[in-house]
Amino acid sequence: MIETHPCHPALPLDIPHLQRVAQRLRRHMLTMAAGKGQGYIGQGLGVADIMAALYFHEMKYDPQNPAWEDRDRFILSTGHYSIALWAALVEIGVLPEDELTQYGADGSRLEMSTLDSTPGVEMTGGSLGHGLGQGVGMALGLRLAKKTSRVFVELSDGELQEGSTWEAAMAAAHFKLDSLVAIIDCNGIQADGPMVLNMEPVAEKWRAFGWRTTEIDGNDITQIVGALHAARSASGQPNAIVARTVPGKGVPCIERCEKAHFLNLTHIDWNVARRELEAQHG
Amino acid sequence: MSPGVNWRLNMDKRGQTTAMGVSELVEGYPVVSAPFGQALVTAGQRNEKILGLTADLGKYTDILPFAEVFPERFFNVGMAEQNLIGIAAGLARTGFIPFCTTYCVFATRRAYDFIAIGCALSRTNVKIIAGLPGLTTGYGGTHQGIEDLALMRAIPNLTVIDPCDATEIAQATAAIAEYDGPVYMRLLRARVPVVLDPATYRFKIGKARLLRDGTEVVLLSTGLMTQRTLEAAVELARQGLSAAVLHVSTLKPFDRETVLSVLERVPCVVVAENHATTGGLASAVADAAIDAGLPLRMKRIGIPDEFCECGSLPHLAQRYKMDTPSIVAAVHAVLAGKPFSPAPVT
Repeated sequence: MIETHPCHPALPLDIPHLQRVAQRLRRHMLTMAAGKGQGYIGQGLGVADIMAALYFHEMKYDPQNPAWEDRDRFILSTGHYSIALWAALVEIGVLPEDELTQYGADGSRLEMSTLDSTPGVEMTGGSLGHGLGQGVGMALGLRLAKKTSRVFVELSDGELQEGSTWEAAMAAAHFKLDSLVAIIDCNGIQADGPMVLNMEPVAEKWRAFGWRTTEIDGNDITQIVGALHAARSASGQPNAIVARTVPGKGVPCIERCEKAHFLNLTHIDWNVARRELEAQHG
Repeated sequence: MSPGVNWRLNMDKRGQTTAMGVSELVEGYPVVSAPFGQALVTAGQRNEKILGLTADLGKYTDILPFAEVFPERFFNVGMAEQNLIGIAAGLARTGFIPFCTTYCVFATRRAYDFIAIGCALSRTNVKIIAGLPGLTTGYGGTHQGIEDLALMRAIPNLTVIDPCDATEIAQATAAIAEYDGPVYMRLLRARVPVVLDPATYRFKIGKARLLRDGTEVVLLSTGLMTQRTLEAAVELARQGLSAAVLHVSTLKPFDRETVLSVLERVPCVVVAENHATTGGLASAVADAAIDAGLPLRMKRIGIPDEFCECGSLPHLAQRYKMDTPSIVAAVHAVLAGKPFSPAPVT
């Protein structure tokens, strides 16, 4: 099956290629986490497939000009997932690969939580509950400016506990922002451990708020791409993709770690982790 | 002396404060209706990037003139102040200049993190216009913005403005539309008095203005309190005392240079603000004086460290010693080296 991108007609859909990209993103994340010895590697590995599908297939984006005003926007609302964004920005060529070892280092622009002073970062994340509101504003602004650009907002399941997320969800539906796509990373963990407040049924909540909603395996590139394609058509509704992901996906020794928000990784043998990653994806 | 204030238009037939009354009305001054809304229309005609947003308080924050002229550029986001600021930050990131209106209490208490992170940290070009500053409503602690200036002053990168009257609101609206960066401005709404002469007064962000010179005491004020310090200066002159009036409408960035130059010459000051006496203008003046090593005799007019009563505006002004006679009394106290407490008489 070959589909083309409406914005990049020459870019065919190549699932194996996207899977290889996701593997490279994971490799970059291991490089960052090994250098720092701690961090949000579980969440990052969990959304690697989503990042690959967005930056290497779905989004209209020029890595030579990350401030291009006609670009699609990607908001990483969970700023502490920065490790995943740095990996994507390195892989696509916005940031140099040799900076990966600087993740979380003093003076580095590859912070453990995103700051919008780093090229390619659309919004300072980290204080949860900000991403969707700013995404609504961007989608509204782009529509006013008569741009066709779309806005993709990554949220987490824990972040759904922030009331501001639902304020924004109401507004997006009211303003019929069908160029807006929320991707809710449901990995089942939050700061204090496994979900401390049950957010299920997540998809039904978004539907009730007036969003065109689909639920997928967020580690299956075919499903991710399918959901992103389905969100392309103008429907008068914003789009929610409820993506079930596995923290640490692709690296079994990290998948087996305690399902914790912040991992201290001093016990991880990074050579083993890298071998596991290569073995998983061949 | 008579403060010359006619509060009747703020009150219903029983003499109670009406919820949606004017911010303040001073007898003897001309008034302008919705000076903010009118100025925003003018700014919007000059710059198509200017947008209007409100959180279900369009009727009560003077933004409807803009909505009527530019309906496609006006968005009412409902009762959701965090989202009001979040959407505005997103709009600013796509090149627009959103003006958001709500009340001081809702903007600062409910949306603080969104102003700090979405606007100030990222320096997004968002303008927050906040009604019901201090004791301009009789609705009590839920509606009176008594600590908003303190909260906003504490945020880096944010410009904080408390205009005096219709003249200044109009000029400040034009100025902040031109300025690239986040701004918090207090709003005086509905029929707003013209105290400053539009022919001669020139608002500039970050600039304090000496409205009246004097040699014995400085009345240093912001917001609508400058209406009262000007009246107090007239009364003091009648009593044979020479009082300067220094109007500091931009709380941040604070015009230390002008303030210190006046206070070095006359180091005896009464600071008056429509706000808590902690964290606002008096604190800024004290900070500047301490940093400069300038010894000052100083008294503070403003809201004490408590939530205020409900009631009519003249009652509240008197109760909290924020009326013109209290300013005059504070001047006598500071000149005599006697105590003047901002705490209410109970």
